[in-house]
Amino acid sequence: MRVLGLETSCDETGVALYDSEAGLLAHRLYSQVELHAEYGGVVPELASRDHVRKTLPLINELLAETGFSKQDIDAVAYTAGPGLAGALMVGSCIGRALAYGWGVPAIGVHHMEGHLLAPMLEDEPPEYPFVALLVSGGHTQLVQVEAIGEYILLGESLDDAAGEAFDKVAKMLDLDYPGGPRVAALAEQGDKERFTFPRPMVDRPGLDFSFSGLKTYTLNTVAKHALEDGLPDDQTCADIACAFQEAVVDTLVIKCRRAIEQTGFKTLVIAGGVSANTRLRERLEEALAKKGAKVFYARHEFCTDNGAMIAFAGCQRLVAGQEEALGIKVRPRWPLDTLEPLV
Amino acid sequence: MTIILALDTSSDACSVALLRDGARSSLCVDAPREHTQRLLPMVDEILSTNNLKLHDLDAIAYGRGPGSFTGLRICLGVVQGLAYAADLPVIAVSTLQAMVLGARRELDLNAQKDVVVAMDARMSEVYWGHYTGIGAQAVVDERVSSPMDLAQYMNDLASRDDVVVVGPGWHYSDLNEFNVSAAFQGVMPKAQDVLSLAESSWLAGEYTTAEKSQPTYLRDSVAWQKRKRIRQS
Ligand SMILES: Nc1ncnc2c1ncn2[C@@H]1O[C@H](COP(=O)(O)OP(=O)(O)OP(=O)(O)O)[C@@H](O)[C@H]1O
Ligand SMILES: [Mg+2]
Repeated sequence: MRVLGLETSCDETGVALYDSEAGLLAHRLYSQVELHAEYGGVVPELASRDHVRKTLPLINELLAETGFSKQDIDAVAYTAGPGLAGALMVGSCIGRALAYGWGVPAIGVHHMEGHLLAPMLEDEPPEYPFVALLVSGGHTQLVQVEAIGEYILLGESLDDAAGEAFDKVAKMLDLDYPGGPRVAALAEQGDKERFTFPRPMVDRPGLDFSFSGLKTYTLNTVAKHALEDGLPDDQTCADIACAFQEAVVDTLVIKCRRAIEQTGFKTLVIAGGVSANTRLRERLEEALAKKGAKVFYARHEFCTDNGAMIAFAGCQRLVAGQEEALGIKVRPRWPLDTLEPLV
Repeated sequence: MTIILALDTSSDACSVALLRDGARSSLCVDAPREHTQRLLPMVDEILSTNNLKLHDLDAIAYGRGPGSFTGLRICLGVVQGLAYAADLPVIAVSTLQAMVLGARRELDLNAQKDVVVAMDARMSEVYWGHYTGIGAQAVVDERVSSPMDLAQYMNDLASRDDVVVVGPGWHYSDLNEFNVSAAFQGVMPKAQDVLSLAESSWLAGEYTTAEKSQPTYLRDSVAWQKRKRIRQS
């Protein structure tokens, strides 16, 4: 089954063609980063407007690249939530109507299930069951995954998501939006020994997270070392970025280790934008190797939002016979653990 | 003979209409916040009651705005999907112009009179336009402005008696002097009127592709609100 996947939940328009037999055929991504940069964050109305401009041209590029025609598409998958309501509506309306027009089934995909399954697109996919750490701009969750659609929430952030904390620290250090990768790059130049930031909630049992205290601590450190222009000197900025990243990574590592111990699973999957973070990957691999567990993640471009993960996740459900009615349901809020299993 | 499907979800109403060999049919429901749920099933219903498949159509028309931003995108998203899937040309129709046709149809207006139609644009503004004749030719460019500016425009008209005013935009207190009745304020954009205008556009060769079709928002710069994170969704 050849599935067209559409992703428009936030500020990237992603499209992909995934074949249940041949695997990923092609994917295309248009990022709106420049559009939102001057606002320092995503403007929902502008995001929606851009998705309406970009989705069909991207599908054209996808078909041109693969040499397939519209008639070769057997089903359509689109992100139905969670995310920005107006942005989700664009991809959902286009996707559902395309499927109706072609007379093929359609499926609304859960964006976080997309992220969670993205590592399955790699050559050595993880096997069930596993623990998943979802770390993105809007989510920080530990999930016990028995199979597709069988999710048990083990813990989550009580306040900011990890990616959101990265983005806010980037702003404090006057780095451009989206700041996560920039903070990570700056941290490379930093001295790990100079500052030690608190590791929130690690001394408490359980698998929940909290990053807002760390954010405030970072802000105070920036203020304390600020020069006349409001920023610390370059080296101090790098040292702060480094201390912040170490604190986030340490916290995530401690909780992941705990989740692996608690479940007895030997596999950890990390997904979402922050799973692109090199330091996080290294530290997790090191820590879990000691427990005999292995860490899986997607290639960089499939850590952040993309169409491939939606085509893949949708394909699994479509092959199992699930499909969407003609009425289009958009779900800006949609808890992952309410999803249905495959059969 | 021509077969055209028209869709509109620019207001609380969700409507579809079909022209087939000169015969028209239409469906319309008042369904605020349910447009995504209702629109495609209505398309399917009107096609199947007419024993048509999407591929039998010659073109698809849509109310391109102005109107609710989200509503415009729901309609256009569905139109883009349908038209792209079946390789159909797309006809964009002004929702204000469609309202003028609706007003003439529903309110039995004197055809000699011009119509100034106004829609509520929120944020204390109105989308409005001034149209003349049976085909609702635009006298001025459609625009978004304060109700005060619209009142000023009306008062500057040479002969206000030759103009009828309709549409929900007239509810603002700055427009009280025009005494617009509830019936006249109740005029909404509807697919059947979008369809009538689309027919003329089709004959005039005015259509485009799904990819090139876009909404007409009229309001293009406001203090855009930044996203608030949706957490633990
Ligand atoms: N190398 C990196 N290190 C740290 N953070 C990163 C890195 N790369 C990306 N990020 C962060 O990942 C986030 C974007 O990820 P993603 O696109 O998955 O999130 P989102 O789609 O906005 O949120 P969600 O998926 O929860 O709805 C941003 O917060 C970004 O700063
Ligand atoms: Mg995401």
